[in-house]
Amino acid sequence: MNQSKGFCDSPARSAHSQILLMIEITTAAIETEKLLKAVSDPACGASVLFLGTTRRVTDGRVTNCLSYECYEPMARSVLTELEQEARRRWPIQGCAIVHRIGVVEISEASVAVVVSTPHRADAFAAGQWLIDEIKVRVPIWKKEIGPDGHEEWQHPLESGGTKSPVVSP
Amino acid sequence: MKVRVLLFAEAKSVVGESALSLTLPENASVEQLRQELSRKLPQLIPLLSRSAIAVNQRIADDRTALCDEDEIAWVPPVSGG
Repeated sequence: MNQSKGFCDSPARSAHSQILLMIEITTAAIETEKLLKAVSDPACGASVLFLGTTRRVTDGRVTNCLSYECYEPMARSVLTELEQEARRRWPIQGCAIVHRIGVVEISEASVAVVVSTPHRADAFAAGQWLIDEIKVRVPIWKKEIGPDGHEEWQHPLESGGTKSPVVSP
Repeated sequence: MKVRVLLFAEAKSVVGESALSLTLPENASVEQLRQELSRKLPQLIPLLSRSAIAVNQRIADDRTALCDEDEIAWVPPVSGG
């Protein structure tokens, strides 16, 4: 499960448009320049990049690093569904989602969502929706590792696990 | 029938394995699977009650019937991002 994966096949462009979809689950550091370049499109006036980064202190607990685990085949299919749903809702030209697994050090990015659209309001809205959905639907889990080596899996009470992936044929 | 349940995060840590083999009646439901998991792993009942069961990489409801070919996973509340 912890092997590094390149971009899912080659970036998929549908036959009738320039829509770009890209999903990656990787142990490698996230390369934001590469992602921004991948979603850039002459039709777009906006690219929004969201990075989720490892925070030092959560609810008073000090974290040394996070370690992520993933149910990879299901995570890929849920991420693909989320991208497709976002594409139905907003005029997305380019979209890339990368999630790291394994150890992520403080201040490093564990997740990146990049969306490009003709106008900025759609890019902000789609990016916000995608990260919100990723956090409650994709089977990925984080473990907080403290300075004393104490490890604790995070299983939030209010979200995730029981939420079905988006399903709209 | 014998089924294999993939384990993740806290469930995997507590069991110490990435999968668990269970014997269930033929065409048992997800609910019966949950009962068997509760019987085998009573210490994980609180987590199980908050978890989903995925069958062939889709969240399944408790009435879903299982077969021994299914890919079954215990999906605890997720915390990616």
